[in-house]
Amino acid sequence: MSARSIAAAVRSGERSARSVVEEHLAAIDSSEGEVHAFNLVLADGALARADDLDRRIADGEDPGPLAGVPVALKDNLCTRGIDTTCGSKILEGWCPPYDATVVERLAAVGAVAIGKTNLDEFAMGSSTENSAFGPTRNPLDTSRVPGGSSGGSAAAVAAGFAPLALGSDTGGSIRQPAALCGTVGVKPTYGRVSRYGLVAFGSSLDQIGPFATSVEDAALLLEVIGGHDPLDSTSIPEASPDLLGALGRGVEGLRIGIISELMGGPDRAASVEGIADDVRARVEQAAEALAAAGATVEHASVPSTVYGLSAYYLIAPAEASSNLARFDGVRFGLRVDADTAAGMNTATRTAGFGDEVKRRIMLGTYALSTGYYDAYYGKSQKVRTLIQRDFARAYESFDLLLSPAAPTTAFPLGDKTDDPMLMYLNDVCTIPSNLAGHPSMSVPFGSGDDGLPVGVQVLAPALAEATMFRAAAVLEGAAP
Amino acid sequence: MSDQALIPGWEVVIGLEVHAELATATKMFSSALNQFGGQPNTNVDPVSLGLPGSLPVLNEKAVELAIRVGLALDCTIQRSVFARKNYFYPDMPKDFQISQYDLPINGVGSLELPDGRRIGIERAHLEEDTGKSTHVGGGGRIHEAGHSLIDYNRSGVPLIEIVSAPDMRCAEEARAYVSELRAILVAIGASDGKMEEGSMRVDCNVSVRREGTSELGTRCEVKNINSLRSMGRAIEYEARRQVDLLESGEKVQQQTRHWNEDDGRTHKLRSKEEAYDYRYFPEPDLVPVEPSDEWIAEIRAALPMLPRERRQRLAVAAGVEPQATALTVERGMDDLAVDTIAAGADATRVLVHVENNLADGVGELTAASFASLVAMEAGGDLTATQAKTVLADLVATGGDPAAHAASHGFEAMDTSELEALVDRLIAEHPDDWAGYVGGDDRERRRKSGFFVGQVMRATQGQADGRIVNDLLARRAAEQGG
Repeated sequence: MSARSIAAAVRSGERSARSVVEEHLAAIDSSEGEVHAFNLVLADGALARADDLDRRIADGEDPGPLAGVPVALKDNLCTRGIDTTCGSKILEGWCPPYDATVVERLAAVGAVAIGKTNLDEFAMGSSTENSAFGPTRNPLDTSRVPGGSSGGSAAAVAAGFAPLALGSDTGGSIRQPAALCGTVGVKPTYGRVSRYGLVAFGSSLDQIGPFATSVEDAALLLEVIGGHDPLDSTSIPEASPDLLGALGRGVEGLRIGIISELMGGPDRAASVEGIADDVRARVEQAAEALAAAGATVEHASVPSTVYGLSAYYLIAPAEASSNLARFDGVRFGLRVDADTAAGMNTATRTAGFGDEVKRRIMLGTYALSTGYYDAYYGKSQKVRTLIQRDFARAYESFDLLLSPAAPTTAFPLGDKTDDPMLMYLNDVCTIPSNLAGHPSMSVPFGSGDDGLPVGVQVLAPALAEATMFRAAAVLEGAAP
Repeated sequence: MSDQALIPGWEVVIGLEVHAELATATKMFSSALNQFGGQPNTNVDPVSLGLPGSLPVLNEKAVELAIRVGLALDCTIQRSVFARKNYFYPDMPKDFQISQYDLPINGVGSLELPDGRRIGIERAHLEEDTGKSTHVGGGGRIHEAGHSLIDYNRSGVPLIEIVSAPDMRCAEEARAYVSELRAILVAIGASDGKMEEGSMRVDCNVSVRREGTSELGTRCEVKNINSLRSMGRAIEYEARRQVDLLESGEKVQQQTRHWNEDDGRTHKLRSKEEAYDYRYFPEPDLVPVEPSDEWIAEIRAALPMLPRERRQRLAVAAGVEPQATALTVERGMDDLAVDTIAAGADATRVLVHVENNLADGVGELTAASFASLVAMEAGGDLTATQAKTVLADLVATGGDPAAHAASHGFEAMDTSELEALVDRLIAEHPDDWAGYVGGDDRERRRKSGFFVGQVMRATQGQADGRIVNDLLARRAAEQGG
């Protein structure tokens, strides 16, 4: 049942919020053991919240457009009085004294927080195997990964544990798991959704966004969480866009470009490597569907996107090395004692962080060091500017762009854990939007040769979410 | 001042980094209160504690105050970018400090000392303060402490760091610079400038070079200076230490050094090689600060008078050099002095009273009563001593100087009465009088002091010393002396 229909039924009194929550808790009970989407299921809290909503509805109140809808929250979103771990031992037991802005906004429209979802530690990973609390599995095939880092949120929605979930996307952490789990996943324009209360990974790239089973539900959730927040200086001073109203408008007359550099294949020397044939075939099929719906579809070139991955793996770790410095054992979370303050810092961080987090802290620290800054961080910022310029040029000719969301369908657990570079390649299609600050989303479009879902990525210029959702709705309707 | 060499043959080169807490109501990046004192860890919130997920939001008032400082120091006000300065320290909650690096809000400017010398300002940028550690046990040093307590009330308090050019040449000049800077900060309402509460802190960069050379020597940065007095001592000690090294054929190592008030020495904190690599990069959670020309103009228009402008104004009013007005301006009495002079009072007498007789404040004194008092004094109705007494009355209770004078029985002494007294004293002290009449200048001065003293004793201080001197001179002339 979609979030929109749940909310309608609850608001009209046709269904109780309690029954909705109970139904989803039952789904969690039956298969969470296999999937491990959650670090924490808020069963009691969700039921209490549902009862409160039901009382308010009985009193004639309207709790809002997400009345009674369970929402799963990635465990890097601060929740007041509820553990927030970021999938890390270093934050085990930490209870934030405040709610993230998105959590407050959900509460204000009647949503029910049903649990905190698992993630790669501090959102660093593409398979949710880097969590200190064990991996999440893909509910469609539990031998496979759900993608990452928001794998828990993607899996929760795919498994029917919650109709909606929030994730965070720094280099593809919403869109790639959405693709691998067959859900819709959206990374909004940078600044569209407040980051206040999102535990930072790469601050200039991070963006919170929705997971849903349908394009319409994703639009509903993004409308609710979007809009200006004075607590985030990078928040765009604009109201949330009307997305639901855009959904039925079709793609007639839109110019859509397939990004050649992200399609792979033998005849495309300028492309990134590793794009699977079955994925490419689905993207081409999606392009045909858009053309059939009245869009003009052509190949587009955004040449510098091929350098996106390299630039990203300097910028994001650089920012992370600074963002994660505060996990020092002094004020919260884990503390491993030692003789000196510096010794305590080191012991705490050595014990508290996993290997991937340490790797990125070291990468980032190196990239920012005196003597290396210009060659690494400085240069990667230039690449970023170049990518923004190339996108701007492409958007002179196109309204939207198209690419795979992930190079392959879901891969088996353990397949890429020994080779960080191979793992990083998962984000090759999604990273350019983060570097540009543009919105993009993954829409399920058929399956690969293995029968697992393929996600098509729709990319749009800054603030053009409404146009992006029009194409997404068409793709959803045309999906095989 | 530069000609007063501290160490013969050597020139000392001093540059100062002054941190001043800005007098905002709330912190630099959050709504927690900016307040000195209070129970530890009460003026805190997720941002000033650096809690995960918290984000900084720039306090507009801090920017306005920084621009005031920039305008007061004739700096260029420019587009600025915040940067992260990364290093681990327990009282710095994020383990990075938000500061400004290559693009500070205030660029090059200068500060004019009361003697007219200009000290270059390299920059004045915004940054946030850290928390405050208290090390318990082991004499308060972190290395020997049993444990440490941290108060985050100060964490996130807005600071302006004002970096001077290496333009000062002796401790006295450095003191003059800091005093003037403090006066400016207080005058424009940017900071309370209290060194003893730590709201103003000074780090000194000191180097030495052979007199007559122009190349800068290797510098050391001296930290932990808590008063103007210790700054002077620290500079003098550090300069001496460097000269001693160079004179014994050694080299000065670039170091950060710690001033120890108790033993009066500086001690090595860390060498250049051990210096932190702060890994500065632009703060991604904040956007560049681009104050509009209109806003800057508005702030400029509302800027109160600066100390140098006050000195200039009073100097013009009093017809003296600006330097001669420094103390009056420093005491905040220049408005009174200007008004008193405008009311017709003799400027020299006004400044003399302010400097000598009003150290404890002006109390109830008004320009009108001050002017009447000075007029009475100038007209011979009051002696200098009597005027001082009446001035004290005016400070204490206000009122009419003539009434105060009358209540003390101060009346202008009749000159004939005084003449009779002088004649009597001459008759009673023939030897002294002979000394006065026949002695050299020195002897005459000595004897005039004697006779004036006798007159004062006889009149209980009510006579005017100058009139007595005139009478003595006239009598001596009459005797052909």
